[in-house]
Amino acid sequence: MIPSNVFQKIRSLVGPERFLDSQEDRISYSYDGTPMLHYLPDAAVIPRSVDDIASLVRLANETGFNIVPRGSGSGLSGGSIPVENSLVLLMNSWNRIIEIDRRNLTAWVEPGVITQTLHTKVEEVGLFYPPDPGSAAICTIGGNVAENAGGLRGLKYGVTKNYVLGLEVVLPSGDVVVMGGKSVKDVAGYNLKDFLVGSEGTLGVITKVLLKLLPKPETSKTMLVYYRKVSDSAETVSSIIAANITPAALEFLDNTTIKCVEAYASLNLPTTMEAILLIEVDGPASVVEHDAAKIMEICRKHNAEEIKIAATEEEAVKLRMARKIAFSSLARVRPTTILEDATVPRSEVPLLCEVIASTASKYGLTIGNFGHAGDGNMHPTCLTDERDTAEIAKAEKAFEEIFTYAVKLGGTISGEHGTGLAKRSFLEKLTPPANIEMMRRIKESIDPNGVLNPGKIFSMKPRCEGALPRNSAELKKFTDAGAFV
Amino acid sequence: MKFSQKTTASFFQGVNVPDYNVLVNCMHCGLCLPTCPTYAITGLERSSPRGRIRLIKSVADGDLPITKTFIAEMNYCLDCQACETACPAGVKYGSLVEAARTQILEQGFETMTSSVGKRILLEWLFERQWRLRAVGRFMRFFEKILKTPIKKSRILKFVSAKLDAMLDLSPKISDSFSSLSLPRMTQPLKKVQHRVAFLTGCTMDIAYADVNKDTVDLLVHHDCEVIVPSGQDCCGSLQAHYGSMEAARRMARHNIAAFEKEAYDYIVLNSAGCGAFMKEYGHVLADDPEYAERAKSLSAKVMDITEFLWKVGLKAAQDGKAISATPFAGKRVTYHDACHLVHTQHITKEPRELIRSFTDYEYVELPESTWCCGSAGIYNLVQFDSSMEILERKIENIRNIQPDIIVTANPGCMVQIQYGLQKHGVHAEVLHTATFLRRCCIG
Repeated sequence: MIPSNVFQKIRSLVGPERFLDSQEDRISYSYDGTPMLHYLPDAAVIPRSVDDIASLVRLANETGFNIVPRGSGSGLSGGSIPVENSLVLLMNSWNRIIEIDRRNLTAWVEPGVITQTLHTKVEEVGLFYPPDPGSAAICTIGGNVAENAGGLRGLKYGVTKNYVLGLEVVLPSGDVVVMGGKSVKDVAGYNLKDFLVGSEGTLGVITKVLLKLLPKPETSKTMLVYYRKVSDSAETVSSIIAANITPAALEFLDNTTIKCVEAYASLNLPTTMEAILLIEVDGPASVVEHDAAKIMEICRKHNAEEIKIAATEEEAVKLRMARKIAFSSLARVRPTTILEDATVPRSEVPLLCEVIASTASKYGLTIGNFGHAGDGNMHPTCLTDERDTAEIAKAEKAFEEIFTYAVKLGGTISGEHGTGLAKRSFLEKLTPPANIEMMRRIKESIDPNGVLNPGKIFSMKPRCEGALPRNSAELKKFTDAGAFV
Repeated sequence: MKFSQKTTASFFQGVNVPDYNVLVNCMHCGLCLPTCPTYAITGLERSSPRGRIRLIKSVADGDLPITKTFIAEMNYCLDCQACETACPAGVKYGSLVEAARTQILEQGFETMTSSVGKRILLEWLFERQWRLRAVGRFMRFFEKILKTPIKKSRILKFVSAKLDAMLDLSPKISDSFSSLSLPRMTQPLKKVQHRVAFLTGCTMDIAYADVNKDTVDLLVHHDCEVIVPSGQDCCGSLQAHYGSMEAARRMARHNIAAFEKEAYDYIVLNSAGCGAFMKEYGHVLADDPEYAERAKSLSAKVMDITEFLWKVGLKAAQDGKAISATPFAGKRVTYHDACHLVHTQHITKEPRELIRSFTDYEYVELPESTWCCGSAGIYNLVQFDSSMEILERKIENIRNIQPDIIVTANPGCMVQIQYGLQKHGVHAEVLHTATFLRRCCIG
């Protein structure tokens, strides 16, 4: 617990009405979108300015509490779940779009801007911000940068890291720095901003983001393709990519997901199909027509049962519906929904799908599988009940097998959700020790006192270096962190 | 499936408790947040649906007693249920907040004024329509004789500016009440196609008797025999939303008995809130052995007027000729979704398609049409300030499209939007869907 004299200092720093330590507020900030994980923070604060944040970070170093930055709390790996002795830093009210620069195709935004709000605003002036995580309606740009979020358009347009040109950051030392800028090319020293992208709030608090924008694609075409065999759909994906076509979206739904979608929304999907692909191409009209025709040819060649093509935007919305509500349809089947993001090189997607299906049946679990087939990022989604501890244990085992296999295929344990708390143990098991060691060293050199979101991504195991604990209170810090066990 | 029991005791008591199975269905993904009017104001998690569900769960788990802040957050919620529409997991959030409010009232946690006020207003006044009519008569007298002098003297402003503003929020009382003036049965000119029982409602009856008449006319125009069952009272929705669950059940039972005396195919009504709640009768009386089945069969017959007209097909013709001219020719018409029509009954397409049946006026979509106007039952009286803040957003959206006519389907929304338009000097007419369609079809 943060001592009361420190509380007093924080309160007078931000003002009493911006310091939230009631039991109700502590409960409200004890979780994010991650299933089954939560921890009560000691308090939460709404900072007014970058100076406020810098002062809080310095105070944290001086008095030994932890700071956990939080946007909308929609993360799926526990990145914004509080840790012990922690103060939650609420960034959601920092939601101004500061500038949209049409001459440089950039936007300066505050970290609390909702991703979808940015989409709408830039599209109003004919521009385009591609990253579109499933939670775009509520997730924040700050959170997207911290987690390096992806989305449906990853295959053609890349992920958040491809659009971050610059950052204003409060470092763990309390220094405020700006990294990067509007220059398209910039090789002056280390590419510092890229250390911060995906650092999950462990290396700095993001206070401003400079994003790259694109011209909005002229037109698009949407199609929905049914398959009797998963392998045919997977072959289609590989063949489209091998034909040098890059669709804007190339999404996959498995049979379990199709059945759940149909049960929920009655879209007249054939539930006997093993797989559905949603394919979207965008760009200039002539290119779109050409690509769409070629894709249809490939689909037919790989035994597509039926191809539906949208003639109007209205029809396109209908075709996208199945994919759009896939998660909702799965989520309502059972109380607890574990949405994972095992990712492999796209050529290995068929193997990953097979393993997900066989692992689910081996453990008797319901796992719906859908996701971004085009970029190898699948979302095996386990439908369960957190009160059923036996089934949860099985689900953990199943996911460990799936992740292990994904890594064997040259893939990764997380494509777009981040490591946080939820995948920390998998990262330690499935990443070469030297890589983890390098990450630890980076963290230790930038945040020697471990004040920013400690314990996320990897645990900060106490090492027998530096000053030894001198009294029982100092020693407790070590034992609590898991030393000597 | 059995699960291990919790070790700590719940701070909820009795039978009217939030359903734990609904609580655990929330996967705290946060997709409800951008749809919540109160979260939009405070930006605090505890004023969001996800936050409130977590607080209710904490009380159920024995981790949080029923505190002042807890009560404030439960009452701050509009119960607009926009979050239910957004929820991927289909969590019935409204039922949780309503049950939490019931607990607050039943365990005596409400302040004296609020608790006595609720009991007098909701459990006594609204429970019998004759009492409401009596108050209505007084209000009509007050409106005609006293309101103008009081307003002019600005005496209320002196006492309380809020009270002065609220005076304008009271609906205009109708000259005659529909529960008295509507015939008990009306026959269509042609052969009866449907037998329809009509709910006159509480506010609709005393403040919008003309809309009730329009609704009946419209039904008759569609070859319905319309029965107005005698002895019907307020449906109980206000009571359920504000925590008087037992009163709401009493009223549901009373209405079931009243409607059972008649033979009908459908119960049609024109108030979104009543429709939403009568469709829930089966659920709220599920544990009542005497009424469970009867409630279920009644709920199955309930339809909103737009839902009904869409189902039977709008007769946009008079004497076999398609109607080419409506009284709204050349005007701009828009539609505001009443929360309990869009979010609770999921009716969005029907009213729009019906309005768009005629082409001599221009239909424009209202931006954020599904965002609550802040009326929310008696919310605009008990949470006046936040209600006004929410209303401003609605008025701003209306101002942006400059309609001549705003069509909507709930008495609360009509009073609230009318008030907002007047306050902000925006010129537009608010009409109930039934009135609008009646004027189009019948003239």
